[in-house]
Amino acid sequence: MESIALLIAASLNAGTVLAIASLGLLINEKAGIVNLGAEGLMLCAALAGFAVTVHTGSTVAGFAAGMVAGALLAAVFGVLVIWLNTNQYATGLALSLFGAGFSAFAGTRYVQEKLPEQVQHAIPLLSDIPLVGPALFRHHPMVYLCVLLTLALIWFLWRTRAGLVLRSVGESPESAHALGYPVRRIRLLAVVAGGALCGLAGAYVSTVYTPLWVENMIAGKGWIALALTTFATWRPARVLLGAYLFGGVTMLQFHLQGIGVDVPSQFLSMMPYLATVVVLVLMSRNPTWIRVNMPASIGKPFYPGS
Amino acid sequence: MLRLEVRPQPSVRWGYASPLLALAITVVIGVILFAVLGKDPVRGLQVFFWEPVKSGYAWSELMVKATPLLIIALGLAVCFRSNVWNIGAEGQYVLGAVCAAGVALTAGKDTGVWIIPAILLAGVLGGMFWAGITALLRDRFNANEILVSLMLVYVGIQVLNYLVYGPWKDPMGFNFPQTKTFESVAQMPRLMQGSRLNIGLPLALLGVVAAWIFLFRTYSGFAQQVGGLAPAAARYAGFSSRKALWIALLTSGGAAGLAGALEVAGPIGQLTPFVPAGYGFAAIIVAYVGRLHPVGIVFSAILMSMFYIGGELAQSRLGLPKSITGVFQGLLLFALLACDTLIAYRVVWKK
Repeated sequence: MESIALLIAASLNAGTVLAIASLGLLINEKAGIVNLGAEGLMLCAALAGFAVTVHTGSTVAGFAAGMVAGALLAAVFGVLVIWLNTNQYATGLALSLFGAGFSAFAGTRYVQEKLPEQVQHAIPLLSDIPLVGPALFRHHPMVYLCVLLTLALIWFLWRTRAGLVLRSVGESPESAHALGYPVRRIRLLAVVAGGALCGLAGAYVSTVYTPLWVENMIAGKGWIALALTTFATWRPARVLLGAYLFGGVTMLQFHLQGIGVDVPSQFLSMMPYLATVVVLVLMSRNPTWIRVNMPASIGKPFYPGS
Repeated sequence: MLRLEVRPQPSVRWGYASPLLALAITVVIGVILFAVLGKDPVRGLQVFFWEPVKSGYAWSELMVKATPLLIIALGLAVCFRSNVWNIGAEGQYVLGAVCAAGVALTAGKDTGVWIIPAILLAGVLGGMFWAGITALLRDRFNANEILVSLMLVYVGIQVLNYLVYGPWKDPMGFNFPQTKTFESVAQMPRLMQGSRLNIGLPLALLGVVAAWIFLFRTYSGFAQQVGGLAPAAARYAGFSSRKALWIALLTSGGAAGLAGALEVAGPIGQLTPFVPAGYGFAAIIVAYVGRLHPVGIVFSAILMSMFYIGGELAQSRLGLPKSITGVFQGLLLFALLACDTLIAYRVVWKK
């Protein structure tokens, strides 16, 4: 039982990384932009967050650095895609390749560095409840912030005027343009905000989740986060639940190894990736279902006056 | 304010000029980067653009690295022209290498030379199989091929790891995670003494011709491109989009698998965890910089190979991390995409 509680705790932690990144990508996609650069962006942000935390000793400063790095890279992507009308897929791919290369290059001197000792977080009283305490109430504040973020995003997208405008830009940029909204500026803002969230997720990985820096340490989490938006049919709450589920799959491998299941570790390491494929297949099987939920202008460029 | 104005016709001139301008931009950024890092930019440029071509031997090494890039990128050109986004060539390359190694390991001292075509075939089939999974899931279940093919890269690498850490590990190999070195009959025949060039290069050049003929001189290749450029027109003409999907993925998967086979039974000579070297990803850039044209890809593959060799030299001569190659690769693709805007648009000054 004790180990189940720890598995749940680990799953929530792993899911938080995926959820933050995926919520960021959801904002992009709601505005009609697919950012395949999430992986590279998270890598650069992870490095930025790690480096700043090493130099300042403050994880919060690290998070901020990750967000800034993510927002900057996303802005470059956004300008290319939105103003120069480059292909979204190819540009995102370029960002992923560049991010992997750049972070590996710039991060060489940080490979051996260590972070200051981590503070143990626990909510008083609640964390002392047997089983439930270790499972739910001994997390880094980011885990709870992520839940708040999800709620805030639901409120923003469906209960505010700005959210409505954002969605209209993703559904029908022509209509939004005709109503006088600056479609391209709104899209850029969405891309930058999404990039900042991906950056936050990246910084969380390198400073809290696995506090170290190695090349390619994001290990596909950016891509899994991209798959999650489809899985969640572009609903924030489902993104969060899906992320926890994926976190569970990722953590299950360590759990199974721990209890001595006799499967080669490589097959266990495949699980998150295979799970992503399976989930994509299950969700995409019904094209109407996807078409109804998907922002209608996703991936399509928009240039006013053409 | 500077504005973009749609050209009545896409500019042919910029189609050629854009990769060159992108290269120039990358070089300028590179020079700045070297200067910022306190290295002599002239030395930096020398290492990347002169050392890899300064002698016959250097050229042969350049071609050794360019060969897998060229082969993979040719397959990807067919794929991307069909508007199918296979970005998992790295995984198909790994599976090709694994299957080729499986055949190569069966070779003994008295095996005949038939083993060479068998190894290559195994590589092609392995790559096709891996890409075929993506095709099947896209065709049958409408699953996004970008994400599926990419996820399968991670899975493929784990398959490789399982084999070299487990059943295929060389019992005499001091517990290193690698297979035994292939028998010499199962190694790709070299073209000449004193160089690592092997039959991969002529095969790649044949591939250039084959890809050109397929794309520009066959009905099937034409259908493939119409489907990519104008799906509605292709439907109207009765071209099957499902068939196009399968052709695109199997071609690119087979090509990547072939490259994997040539590499594992060529310069590497055994299966190790270092087989996945990022060629599958770099080949995406090669394909784009080469304008998805077989002849263009020859030049871009050589260019990308210079980046690789330059990166290694930058490490040994200038004390820079080898990963500088990845920085330049990414920059080149970024710059190219930005410059490509000039093909369809004209920059005008408007108040």
